[in-house]
Amino acid sequence: MHSGGSPATTGAPPSPVGAASLSRRRRAAALAGAAVLLALSATVSLAAGSRALPTVDVLRVLVSPDGSDTSVIVRELRLPRTVLGLVVGAALGVAGAQLQGLTRNALADPGLLGVAAGAALAVVATSTVLGVGGLGGQAAAAVLGALGAALAVWLLGGRGRGGTLSLVLAGVAVTALCAAVVRVLVLLDADRLDEYRFWVVGSLAGRDLGVLPSVTPLLVVGVVLAVATARTLDLLSLGDDVAAGLGVDVAWGRAGTALSATLLTAAAVAVAGPLVFVGLVVPHLARALVGPAHRWLLPLSALLGASLLIACDVVGRVVARPAEVQVGIVTALVGAPVLVAVVRRRRVAAA
Amino acid sequence: MTVVALPGRAALRAGTASVVVRPRAAAVTGLLALIAVAVGCVAVSVGDYVVALPDVLRALVGLGEPGPVLVVQTLRLPRVLTGLLVGAAFGLAGALTQTVTRNPLASPDVVGLTTGASAAAVLALLVGLPVVLPVAAVLGGFVVAALLVALSWRAGFSGPRLVLVGIGLAAAGSALTDYLLVRAEIDDAQRAVVWLTGSLNGRGWEHVRPVALALLVLVPAALALGRGLSTLSLGDDVARALGVRVDRTRLAVVAVAVGLAGVATASAGPVLFVALVAPQVALRLARTPAPPLAASAAAGALLVVAADLVGRTGLSALGTGTELPVGAVTALVGAPVLLWLLRRSVLRRPA
Repeated sequence: MHSGGSPATTGAPPSPVGAASLSRRRRAAALAGAAVLLALSATVSLAAGSRALPTVDVLRVLVSPDGSDTSVIVRELRLPRTVLGLVVGAALGVAGAQLQGLTRNALADPGLLGVAAGAALAVVATSTVLGVGGLGGQAAAAVLGALGAALAVWLLGGRGRGGTLSLVLAGVAVTALCAAVVRVLVLLDADRLDEYRFWVVGSLAGRDLGVLPSVTPLLVVGVVLAVATARTLDLLSLGDDVAAGLGVDVAWGRAGTALSATLLTAAAVAVAGPLVFVGLVVPHLARALVGPAHRWLLPLSALLGASLLIACDVVGRVVARPAEVQVGIVTALVGAPVLVAVVRRRRVAAA
Repeated sequence: MTVVALPGRAALRAGTASVVVRPRAAAVTGLLALIAVAVGCVAVSVGDYVVALPDVLRALVGLGEPGPVLVVQTLRLPRVLTGLLVGAAFGLAGALTQTVTRNPLASPDVVGLTTGASAAAVLALLVGLPVVLPVAAVLGGFVVAALLVALSWRAGFSGPRLVLVGIGLAAAGSALTDYLLVRAEIDDAQRAVVWLTGSLNGRGWEHVRPVALALLVLVPAALALGRGLSTLSLGDDVARALGVRVDRTRLAVVAVAVGLAGVATASAGPVLFVALVAPQVALRLARTPAPPLAASAAAGALLVVAADLVGRTGLSALGTGTELPVGAVTALVGAPVLLWLLRRSVLRRPA
């Protein structure tokens, strides 16, 4: 995270200067389109599933619950997971965009960089070793784990001087380490395995809306920090020296962005388990639509992230009816080809 | 025959044939192998039923009382032999992939070869594929390798692209494994998780044979490729100028590595970090420019057999009475080593 290597060789997003040609109207249209997309996917998410419901009925029971089967299915089962999908997807989308901007690395993703795995390890460890199971404890553990992993990856990945490959490999290594420790913890405590295997794949099924209050503080602080640092992030993409010359407090900008991304990731993991690739795919789409200026990129990433996660959840629900494919598996299968495409398209620096 | 004096190595020439002798590397290989065998003997001797070391040696050749002979020959020896052979296979596979990508972190576990083998093996384990486990694992490894080669080929191979594409494939592979775990009955899932951690528990002669056969074929193949491989480590252009068919050599090396990693995974599960750490340990001990193949195999064998000994006896010494699978030990021991390596490699080659 230092001004080493030009953006072309590190595979970083292009600087915002070149995007000045994108009209304000076009960007606003992209945001509006993404909002419509989100509304559509949320509606489909309420209507589709192992039992398909007519959209009209779905909307009716949303407004006035009538105690029918439809009403119960929509309000008790599908509404919570749609809301959670929205929150988690938006958080991961924003965190991914921030990490890609911050590290000037096209492959940055909270899942790929080990932040999610760190949070997952902390959550599993607190519940198995310390016996702290509450939702608040889980959220706190997720934050600590995410922070630790983010710090470890940053240090190991050459503090930003190591290029794309070093950072991603450091992320993979930290992920492997965390996963191995989690597996040992689960093996020693056989009862946990049943619970754990459903959580670790990343799933929105069976999650209660009750987790939301415990992660709300994380989300609020994360979003406030994201808004506060968005402009700084643009200037940082010009390089630290230029940014400092333009009056940016570089250290604060970096720390604030990193903290924001970490908090958002931790909240997402506490709700849905570690999800890979949402944070990788979404910013690339968003950047193609509105360019790299973060005050547009971040909100669009939030909308697209929410849509993507909800859509993946719907796909997972209908593809193997009446069984379910967990959303984390769908995102991994959707995201892996995107990762490959990004790697093939960009000239990745030699390590 | 002339002897050319070069620092640290001597080239023996006879006509057109020549061979480079590195006394230090040879000594390190011999020493590591010796220690591995010694640790193996200790592993055969200790346990709930202690067989004194002299009795172990006698029982190995079938002499002595029937009790010790039974314990040694049917219970402990196959387990220790599996450990030695699997470790050697992983170490060699790691040395091959690390050299061919010129990246210390590019071990079969990181670039998805082991993950593909595991996914296929878990599929065979849980769904009941009509093929035996070793075959499934090797096939899985080859499927991932074929995808890896196809997707990262773009007017030749680049090391970083190969690794990054591999990371994507690994993520997809582990998503598949997670999905299978979620779908399985809890008992099957638990067996699969133990296997996925890498375990030598209950390994018999039927596990020794496939690895031994594979090593018999693949070790000479790897050594035959060694020359082209070490030229390759000078860089593609130099290697090409020296007459090495760069892409063909690289493909052959990857194929051998996949075979080794696949067979080893089939016998003991994906024992994490061995393929990553063993070549780096051998490299540092032998002070060679690239991981030495034979020494890496010896280091891998030592690592696995020692880790299994610790996992089998360490916990019962603490009075818990349970066994840690060998993969858990290598993960816990290997992870700090890995982190240290990462730091070192990042500091030494910023780029």
